[in-house]
Amino acid sequence: MAFINLQNVTYKYPLTKTPVLQNINLQVNEGEFIAVVGPNGAGKSTLCYTLAGFVPHFFKGEISGSVEVAGRESSKSTLDEWVRNVGLAFQNPFNQISGAKYTVFEEIAFGLENNGVPREEIKPRVEEALSLTDISDLADRSPYSLSGGQQQRVALTSILVMRPKLLVLDEPTSQMDPIGTREVFGVVRKMAEGGMTVVMVEHKMEWIAQFADRVIALQDGKILLEGKPNELLTSDLLSENGFGISRYTSTAREAKKQGLWKSEKLPVTLDEAAEGFKP
Amino acid sequence: MKIEIRDLRFTYPTGLEALQGVSLVVEPGEQVAIVGQNGAGKTTLVRHFNGLLQAAAGSVLIGEWDPKKYSVAKLASRVGYVFQNPDEQLFSKDVGTEVKFGPRNLGYAKEKIDELVQRALSLTELSDKTETNPYDLSPTWRKMVALASVIAMDTPIVIFDEPTTGQDALNVARIAHVIAELRREGKTVITITHDIDFCAENFERVIAMSKGRILLDGPAREILGQEHILAQTYVDPPQLTRLGKKLGLKETVRNQVEFLEIYKNHRNK
Repeated sequence: MAFINLQNVTYKYPLTKTPVLQNINLQVNEGEFIAVVGPNGAGKSTLCYTLAGFVPHFFKGEISGSVEVAGRESSKSTLDEWVRNVGLAFQNPFNQISGAKYTVFEEIAFGLENNGVPREEIKPRVEEALSLTDISDLADRSPYSLSGGQQQRVALTSILVMRPKLLVLDEPTSQMDPIGTREVFGVVRKMAEGGMTVVMVEHKMEWIAQFADRVIALQDGKILLEGKPNELLTSDLLSENGFGISRYTSTAREAKKQGLWKSEKLPVTLDEAAEGFKP
Repeated sequence: MKIEIRDLRFTYPTGLEALQGVSLVVEPGEQVAIVGQNGAGKTTLVRHFNGLLQAAAGSVLIGEWDPKKYSVAKLASRVGYVFQNPDEQLFSKDVGTEVKFGPRNLGYAKEKIDELVQRALSLTELSDKTETNPYDLSPTWRKMVALASVIAMDTPIVIFDEPTTGQDALNVARIAHVIAELRREGKTVITITHDIDFCAENFERVIAMSKGRILLDGPAREILGQEHILAQTYVDPPQLTRLGKKLGLKETVRNQVEFLEIYKNHRNK
């Protein structure tokens, strides 16, 4: 049975007229790394909130259909039970930082403390998580004294340390430098190899193509396309609908019109582009 | 309006030396992108331009003004600053009031305020949203409100701190259009960005910072090809620059038009 199973999920926030998610059906296997792409307003963050239980438990509103993660049904679980399986890193790390802790180390320990993890277990787990995301040198800094990208790493680390079965990431690299971005994709890939299921909202197609197993393209609250990264990310449908595409794809598409690109398949990554453009 | 920075140093109260001697000159009307790893000091640097931070050592000149001798409110007439996170700067009950706040505070005449507000709203495609509360808008549109509220102040210098963060392709194009329009009007634009492709497509001059210092500063074409130096500050060259390198093209390519042009010549050889 699928690890995530969404059946006909439709959701409307309180006070809004149209549903943000419309009839979403999605099955994800354990250990799969799914990337979610789509224009602003497509429902990507709402999908994250739904998987993380914030919808409907925190935001209220009207939900229909069923949301199942690890064999449990969201509407029949409490948020407290739900967060033991699922971790969400927010789009804006500033909204996630507790404000109750003086140092990055304490901030990352916060979730474990709340879950009643014994003290002697907390320290090594925090240290391990800090080194995983390469922020051990920030351990004694105040979370609020960090740059945007550093805060984002702290937000991610404070979820990874919980070792959730399902890791939900809402644009986790949006404020990160390019090489930092690639490293985060690498860490997330490693988590998935270790059996963690990952759903990650991202705009950076080049890295999605190299690291994710499957891509879901959302638009207007519906799944427009779903498939393997290199097939889906070069689809004409994406560029026609205002999705971001990699420069390799758009340049090869233009080159094809001018007879400079011969292959049927368009590239998403540097290697694919270099291969196709090789004289 | 010229910006002149000489050997600027700044240390946070925590002891972190965020700027360790930065010197640079930005000529009036220049469009500059600042790139570099997280924590390199990019935001710390630009916050000296409008007095949010004050130099511990070294000097800053905005035009002939030393920011230390002017209030932040006064400096706001010269330097507009769009924060990385729009939620840190928006506070009005509707978009119209928000965008009007800046120019009104600068004491412009009513007609000029109306004209500036209309122009800023139309440039950011917000004209139909003037009555909406900014917090009822999506983060994308809130970003545009933040842009509009700063553009409306009509300052000779405009700073954008990571304008494309979390924005989709359509909105990145809108932001690029706003920057192009400011260039046409002769404004100085300084943009901090991690989006190196956006940087390559919209800026002529690039500054790469690392660990509180300037690592590289020059024309985009020269800077963006320096893969090994950029890597020191966690920056990859733009996608098409990397592709050009990998294919052995002689010149550094920055965008699609340049790539196809140079590739064609290369292939025909």
